[in-house]
Amino acid sequence: MADALAAIALLALVCYGLTGGADYGGGVWDLLARGPRAEAHRRLVSDAIGPIWEANHVWLILVIVILFTAFPTGFAVIATALHIPLTLMLVGIVLRGSAFTFRSYDLGHGGLGHRFGTPFAIASLLTPILLGVNLGALGSGGIVVKGSRVVSGFVKPWLRLFPFAVGILALCLFAYLAAVYLAVEAAQRPAEPALSEDFRRRGLLAAAVAAVVAALVFALAKVAAPALYAHLLTLWPLHGLTLGLSVLAAVALWRRRYRLARLGAAGQVALILIGWGLSQYPYLVLPSIELHAAAAPPATLRLLLIVLALGGPILLPSFVYLFRVFKAR
Amino acid sequence: MTDLLAARSQMALSLGFHILFAVAGIAMPLLMVVAEWRALRSGDPVDLALAKRWARGTAILFAVGAVSGTVLSFELGLLWPGFMGFAGAIIGMPFSLEGFAFFTEAIFLGIYLYGWRRVPPRMHLAAGVVVAVSGAASAVFVVIANAWMNTPVGFRMVDGKVVDVDPLAAMASPAALPQVLHMILAAYAAIGAMVAGIHALGLLRQPAAARPLHRRALGLALWVGGLAAVAQPLSGDLLAQAVARNQPEKLAALEGQFHTQTAAPLRIGGLPDMASRTTRYALEIPYGLSLLAFHDPHARVQGLLDFPVADWPAVPVIHVCFQVMVACGLLMVGVALLALLLHYRHYRHYRRVRRRPTGSAPADATPLEWPRWFLWLVVLASPAGFLAIETGWAVTELGRQPWIIYGVLRTAEAVTPMPELWAPLLTFTLLYLFLAVMVIILLRRQVEDSATGEIKSVLAETSHG
Repeated sequence: MADALAAIALLALVCYGLTGGADYGGGVWDLLARGPRAEAHRRLVSDAIGPIWEANHVWLILVIVILFTAFPTGFAVIATALHIPLTLMLVGIVLRGSAFTFRSYDLGHGGLGHRFGTPFAIASLLTPILLGVNLGALGSGGIVVKGSRVVSGFVKPWLRLFPFAVGILALCLFAYLAAVYLAVEAAQRPAEPALSEDFRRRGLLAAAVAAVVAALVFALAKVAAPALYAHLLTLWPLHGLTLGLSVLAAVALWRRRYRLARLGAAGQVALILIGWGLSQYPYLVLPSIELHAAAAPPATLRLLLIVLALGGPILLPSFVYLFRVFKAR
Repeated sequence: MTDLLAARSQMALSLGFHILFAVAGIAMPLLMVVAEWRALRSGDPVDLALAKRWARGTAILFAVGAVSGTVLSFELGLLWPGFMGFAGAIIGMPFSLEGFAFFTEAIFLGIYLYGWRRVPPRMHLAAGVVVAVSGAASAVFVVIANAWMNTPVGFRMVDGKVVDVDPLAAMASPAALPQVLHMILAAYAAIGAMVAGIHALGLLRQPAAARPLHRRALGLALWVGGLAAVAQPLSGDLLAQAVARNQPEKLAALEGQFHTQTAAPLRIGGLPDMASRTTRYALEIPYGLSLLAFHDPHARVQGLLDFPVADWPAVPVIHVCFQVMVACGLLMVGVALLALLLHYRHYRHYRRVRRRPTGSAPADATPLEWPRWFLWLVVLASPAGFLAIETGWAVTELGRQPWIIYGVLRTAEAVTPMPELWAPLLTFTLLYLFLAVMVIILLRRQVEDSATGEIKSVLAETSHG
């Protein structure tokens, strides 16, 4: 049961990456908007994430509540050891969300709204990095636990090269996803044909950067996170599939088959996250906390599974409906 | 400042900030759905304009509520890892359910706010209903979790270890039902009072063309808020009895009761004097406390002196907060009853006019013109609900101290070992201060925007197609 719940938490994290992650990526393109069509870019981003970002954001909350219900002691350790980067990430989350809303709702009033463009964009840039830092720290072996106490301090577990490399990778992947999604949405606007071309170029660029960063993180893992690296190596068929999807996405983007590109890019990012999750298994925190050791009593796990099984059939169709109302198929 | 105090302050700040937006997320959808439902039935552009206007305000409040709620879900672990490690398995369930409710609310709010032209009108209204229901459900689950901290059940302690965990039993703790009722009603009453105040000010200040919208808004807000305010004392009575039974020292603190006493009086006002162990300057109503807490004028009420001083909560603050909460609640009840009286008099007058053969005016020819003094009263009473919620939570939370889980785990044992906690406290204080100022500025702009434009644009839209 602990495994099943860990798998659901990982899937929720994948959903967060594919939806909420891309919302951050949108903010990055807002920040990088340059040239004659900068305002059109910003509008496209704003229209794309406006109706959905709050729902997308809840995937993260779902990950957290599953984590603290099913693995309470593990959650307590993570929250202690990573207090600082988690707090910084929260500040980013708060600023991104509220600045975006303030901007959207006060554009017509001649002033205040547009000043929130910059905080929105900068928070969109920093939050994914911090998310990656936190995920990277879990696998790098920096968090050391004796009994139930964290003995590795509050800075050392995360202030290293590897977590930050993972952070940069998360940022690149989210920006890449966003560019591909935005290219699909821009293609729906025949009045502005240059827009989808812009995001096609950005997507190709982001794909190249993400590929380089991913290779670097992989190489870095060998020295900085050896346990994770050893697990990663055993998963080579999965990586082959990831590589295939990323090539598919890039080629489709090149040939302006945007929907296919979106499918490929989303699959690629999902597989990267799943690959990371499988390499962590059976640990929540490498190498100190094993999933089963941190798990809540069976009564809790069983009930949580029942709740998720009952809630899922309500939630997923609603979520799909939201996307069908606002997104091009 | 000790790290424990910093952690407690940060938690108090985060909760006190979030609750204002959370109640908006509970009650605003109800108001906006009622307005839209009326619009669908009558086709009256005033109702539709009102629904759209309320929806815009809701959007800002909900977004800030969503992100500040995220902060809280992390802070449970960031500040109180000892609590989460201990209690996660027992009380994580309502948080998970809340996750689902919140998810549903966010999805359908997205559809509601951005879908005016994209989904058919009935579907749009249905989305609003889902938002209103799931908003209330979120509150139910979160308050259930808090109730468990006051009356922990659903597990046993054997040699310092938690065994026999039963999450369902934990959710059905004795404080759960009264606390949930009290909070939900508080949300409707507080938002009703605030919205009524805003539109009363609109009636007083804005041009005549905007009045139909403000008049309609004021009426709806007074109904929703007023009904909740009038029902609130009943749930308060239930809660007081639960506290009296389960947390006697909390009851003693909030009533300023130092000595154990039969036929205890109810103290109105007053200030507990910790040195002399008495509550001074209070108006004492004989038998009042025994009667209210145990429904028996001669019941024995335990005083604080029955408990070790180390287990006392912060008595003076709690007593004063409790008095403020009750006073605000009663003020809202008063406004609601007054509104009902004015409404009734108008209705009688209107029927008399109609019975006269010559005066058969159509229904909306004589709308109720609220007297100006009443409008000003509504404006002045508008923050009462928010004040009552803040002070009420102060009573609940401070009254449980020094325990984080009453009688089981002390707050000091649950706090993070992280040093220098003043730093995150300062960060979040500045962040929330900034957000509060921005939200007030933005909402003021929305409100000051004359309502006439809104009605015109709705009329233009409906005539186009």
